[in-house]
Amino acid sequence: MNPFGKADFGFGHEKEEIGTKHGSRITRFRAFSVIEILKQSGNVRQIGPPEFCDQRPRMVQANPCAISPGECREAIREKGRLLLMGMTISEKILAAHAGLDSVVPGEIINAKLDLVLANDVTGPVAIQEFGKLGIDQVYDKERVTLVPDHFTPNKDIASAEQSKILRDFAKKMGIKNYWDVGRVGIEHCLLPEQGLVLPGDLIIGADSHTCTYGALGAFATGVGSTDCAAGMATGEAWFRVPESLKFVFHGSKFQPWVGGKDLILYIIGKIGVDGARYKAMEFTGDGIRSLSMDNRLTISNMAIEAGAKAGIIEPDEITLAYVKARAKRDYKVYKSDPDASYEKIYEFNSEDIPLQVAFPHLPENTKSVDEASGLKIDQVVIGSCTNGRLEDLEIAAKILKGKKIHPEIRCLVFPGTQDILLEAMRRGWIETMIQAGAAVSTPTCGPCLGGHMGILAKGERALSTTNRNFVGRMGHPQSEVYLCNPAVAAASAVRGEIVHPREVVNNG
Amino acid sequence: MGKVWKYGHDIDTDAIIPARYMNRSEPEHLAAHCMEDADVTFAQEVKAGDVIVGGKNFGCGSSREHAPIAIKAAGVKVVIAESYARIFYRNALNIGMPILECPEAVVGTEAGDEVEVDLKSGKIDNKTKKTTFQAKPFPPFMQELIDAGGLIPYVKEKKKNA
Ligand code: SF4
Repeated sequence: MNPFGKADFGFGHEKEEIGTKHGSRITRFRAFSVIEILKQSGNVRQIGPPEFCDQRPRMVQANPCAISPGECREAIREKGRLLLMGMTISEKILAAHAGLDSVVPGEIINAKLDLVLANDVTGPVAIQEFGKLGIDQVYDKERVTLVPDHFTPNKDIASAEQSKILRDFAKKMGIKNYWDVGRVGIEHCLLPEQGLVLPGDLIIGADSHTCTYGALGAFATGVGSTDCAAGMATGEAWFRVPESLKFVFHGSKFQPWVGGKDLILYIIGKIGVDGARYKAMEFTGDGIRSLSMDNRLTISNMAIEAGAKAGIIEPDEITLAYVKARAKRDYKVYKSDPDASYEKIYEFNSEDIPLQVAFPHLPENTKSVDEASGLKIDQVVIGSCTNGRLEDLEIAAKILKGKKIHPEIRCLVFPGTQDILLEAMRRGWIETMIQAGAAVSTPTCGPCLGGHMGILAKGERALSTTNRNFVGRMGHPQSEVYLCNPAVAAASAVRGEIVHPREVVNNG
Repeated sequence: MGKVWKYGHDIDTDAIIPARYMNRSEPEHLAAHCMEDADVTFAQEVKAGDVIVGGKNFGCGSSREHAPIAIKAAGVKVVIAESYARIFYRNALNIGMPILECPEAVVGTEAGDEVEVDLKSGKIDNKTKKTTFQAKPFPPFMQELIDAGGLIPYVKEKKKNA
């Protein structure tokens, strides 16, 4: 173990199989580090001498050195390269925004931001903190964005007051990207759709699911209101460069009805809700590359449910096709180097992943849908920043077509944005859902966080395409939330209990 | 000296302050509902100077700063946990809510114990059990933030010197 945390110079890899789980290989790449070698020689307290850090001057600032240049050079001669190590996509984006050639995990950097966002819950607190800075303008009117999506259309007087704080601030500061009811959508559906988050961006948002934008090849992470306030004022934030974990999906063939939601739930089930705490998750392999943007956004969205700082996917043609139609400014595509260093690499066979259901009260309590089959439910929620995009609605509509929602089920559909709602309407999917007996709402976070529009009573059980199933998340502390993908949700709404879609769709 | 309120692993932000109360953001309002879904007695009985002890991944879930604000406004002097979720950790430091990481103290402390915590040195003194523990020191940059009194005073100071 390295007593200096991860803030070391990796410069080689040793592959180590640490076991197999459900037929999937788990390998760990151990990065050698000069520190480890020097440590064995005795007298190291800190990292690399200035002579060696000419390509990494900030390392000297971050970690003043206490070993002699000779010792360091000797170790490097012995073990090969030190400074030319590859970087992950996350490290590259962070380095570029900090004005550095390279960064290493553990390093603390100050970096420039491409976008700062807040919503109607976190925004008012951020605005209050912003006020304390004694500044009268945000760092960039185009790059600070406010999205009133949680308690809107306002559910009560208190939430109306919160929204008003946001609206007044947006007006006063001349913030360009502010949307009100009738145009607003759920932030993590809206911003990618509007072309405001782009590959290579560094983004902070006062909302934990800001990590969604990793699907576009951006490094995006959730922060609190105070970080957001400082970001709005300065256009900068401090970051600890995270270690990266790689998740490889082999094979572009998936089981029927399996989508991005199942992959990410499966991962969380394997590594737990703190399995990626403070780390950057990187999703890759031909399995990921075969997925649509909507599916990728679902995966990155839930990186935070494993505790991660970011959930990133390298841009490819699919990403660029999505972005090109929307971007109004330049962007840059970063990719991980083949010799980049990962703390752990998890490998899965795409075809092995079954449909997932996460049981209360943590997203890590995953089971296959067959294990959950037959469980009675009261409410089905389809939508949210996890699964409220066009393809999600398409899947739900496909299953609901010509069928009826079970008489004892309330089925609520929350499209992510007005554009999504409109397009789904044009394609006839909204009509299909309404005819089946579902309630279709204007875009809002609504029941996802137990805010409004579909709160559960004591003892009630919901099956939901949202991302959290904590105690009380959707209502009464003694209600329950089960998480799944839109196909399972729609099929279960028809059956009145959790069911595999093949049971409901004859040709499924 | 404060009384220990002990909770388990993965205490999430919905447990610390349920979203249904986040249509308002005044600290007193949040404090009145602090920990409600995990422990209904907490908000009624917590006294100024009390200590929350949690397991691993304390504060996971949402980015809501309302969580550390609620805890701070409830009068809690310090949270001690095995580990913290990333955003909660940042938020607590940013708003000046003291937190300490000390797995040994978590194991060695029970609900209702009386503890004395020295925030400067990170020393945790369990008076009931007559044991002491040493929390992990913060990285230098974090300590700078803490010493400045949180992120806003820190940024203000930096802006002034720029
Ligand atoms: S839909 Fe749910 S998870 Fe997404 S931003 Fe809204 S409340 Fe948060």
